[in-house]
Amino acid sequence: MKSRSLKLKHSGISIEVVEAGKGRDLFYLHGAGGHLPKDPLLAALASKYRVVAPLLPGYGKSNGEDGLRDMLDVTLHALDVLAASKLDKPIVVGHSMGGMIAAEMAAIAHTEIAKLCLLAPAGLWLDDHPVADIFSKLPYEIPGLLFHDAEAGQKLLTTGGNMEDPEFLKQFLVMNARRLGMAGKLLFPIPDRGLAQRLYRITAKTLIVWGREDVLIPPVYGDAFKKAISKSKLLRIAEAGHAVGQEKPQAVLEAIRDYF
Amino acid sequence: MKFTWFHLMPWPHMPDDFREKHRSVWVDLPNKMYEPELGHGIYHQYLDQLEFAEQVGFDGIGVNEHHANAYGLMPSPNIMAATLTRRTSKAALVVLGNSIALYNPPLRVAEEFAMLDVLSGGRLVAGFPVGTSMDTNYAYGTIPALTREKYAEAHDLIRKAWAADQPFAFNGRYTKLRYVNCWPKPIQRPAPPIFIPGGGSVETYDFCIDNTYSYSYLSYSGYLRAKLLMEGYWKRVAERKVDESPYRAGFAQVICVADTDAEAEKLYWPHVSYFYNRCLHVYPGFADAPGYRTVKTIQTGALSQFTQAAVRNYPSMSWKDLTEGRYVVAGSPETVRQQMEELIKTLRVGNVFCLLHLGNMPDDKVRHSTRLFAEKVMPQLRNLWPDWNNHDDRFWVHPMSERLPMKVAAE
Repeated sequence: MKSRSLKLKHSGISIEVVEAGKGRDLFYLHGAGGHLPKDPLLAALASKYRVVAPLLPGYGKSNGEDGLRDMLDVTLHALDVLAASKLDKPIVVGHSMGGMIAAEMAAIAHTEIAKLCLLAPAGLWLDDHPVADIFSKLPYEIPGLLFHDAEAGQKLLTTGGNMEDPEFLKQFLVMNARRLGMAGKLLFPIPDRGLAQRLYRITAKTLIVWGREDVLIPPVYGDAFKKAISKSKLLRIAEAGHAVGQEKPQAVLEAIRDYF
Repeated sequence: MKFTWFHLMPWPHMPDDFREKHRSVWVDLPNKMYEPELGHGIYHQYLDQLEFAEQVGFDGIGVNEHHANAYGLMPSPNIMAATLTRRTSKAALVVLGNSIALYNPPLRVAEEFAMLDVLSGGRLVAGFPVGTSMDTNYAYGTIPALTREKYAEAHDLIRKAWAADQPFAFNGRYTKLRYVNCWPKPIQRPAPPIFIPGGGSVETYDFCIDNTYSYSYLSYSGYLRAKLLMEGYWKRVAERKVDESPYRAGFAQVICVADTDAEAEKLYWPHVSYFYNRCLHVYPGFADAPGYRTVKTIQTGALSQFTQAAVRNYPSMSWKDLTEGRYVVAGSPETVRQQMEELIKTLRVGNVFCLLHLGNMPDDKVRHSTRLFAEKVMPQLRNLWPDWNNHDDRFWVHPMSERLPMKVAAE
């Protein structure tokens, strides 16, 4: 997988975009954790599609996060990136926070986005089913929160660094502060920025995918999204947690192929 | 030297197995532990202690703001300071402070601090902390990465509100007010002296220098470990080519005074242990929300106070460890004097925030330690900055000259 840099004309922001594969265009927005080191979902999608996966400011080499403060800023930024990518009627796919952004894009620019796939998206809040607080979690708690098979998930997350090494720890803390600092603008302290009242605007054909064992955003949220988006289908995948695409990449790829 | 007797107002009834039963003293500790009728007596005992500190000669008495915790029971320090204006007359009221990013609109702070300054006849020291991550982000929901921008804007609004003598419009990103009109306004002009609690952020050094605010390092790990951080501050002061008044800086120190060193351990160890093991028992996930500290600050390697507490493993530390490591300055008046002199000189501080109440310390011990410090230690430390005439007008209160005699109705 290659990455290139995309400069946005108006804001001057420089964005790192991962590109891979051949086929129909697919625009992918990552969750709060960014891309995994060897992201199994991106790899699977690239086997059938031309995947264009920009990193949000604050992630990787993408900069400009200080200028993005709220949901509208981020949604318009993502639409700018989509426009600058010059894709042909892409399927817009977003995972978790990326799903929240993708849903906002499709609600705001509903004439521009015709195919939407939301993988365990954030953005709604049900009092009886609180979304887990990812910000106060310690590193060792993360695999169990993201994956049904925490042990296998741990291996996907590990970057091979030694947390006892002060220099590595510092780099890790800086990366974490940039990424989750940015994510917090959309997700902290409660991942609700009013999406519920805008979902009705989505006219895209929408596929919603949820891991049956998701403990971060419980599967019941899938029903809420399904109910609010008119042309939508909800698919639940067994033995998968919140990182449903990374845990079951082939199943997610097939679901997307079948639906679109 | 200026000595401020500082109260944290902790909940003193956390059980012995507190650490085993609860992951954190802050944010998610169930408030069923709090008993309001016990709290009534505790608040008044704590306020009495602050008033006692004025009587025995402390220059200032201090309170601060925390939320959702048993470590410090002052969600509103202004309420405490307001009660103190009635029965004190000399000491500076050091409110350290109001977490200005949390108030909506932050003009509330300008108003309440002005009220306190007027009530006290110009005795307010105004503190503007960012607030701990537990308070600011987890308890009060401020988005971590926007906290400092919000803080900066709130500060700007408050200073303008105090300076203006006409209504004006304020078009901020977080606060929009068509009519800013601060009634009352403070007695001290253009503003009360302002202290900024800091924990090693480079940006905070410059903020203090730019605005002539006193940098206050509030640490529980003692003056030996504070040296590096304070050297960073003084290095920055030198780089910026401003004067090196020691009153540009302050330090908080846990202090226990008894007749002898051995007596200090006997009297105070249970309460010191309560403080370090229960009051500072913060779940590391709450200590430092991602985005709360700037990338620049993380790169300097500074860890938050409460992350340090988790790293230090206080439960394994004995009285000997804590006193020899100078986390706690404890012992006879002479022992304490020597160590305090070393603290003041090595950190180059004109302000010391004395933590003489600790954890679950009973009133008689608090007063004993306080009296010994005031009578036998403080006078020996008064004259450590003769070049500055032991006072710097820019960093201390300016009470009005002719105040009304206080008549308390009940007396």
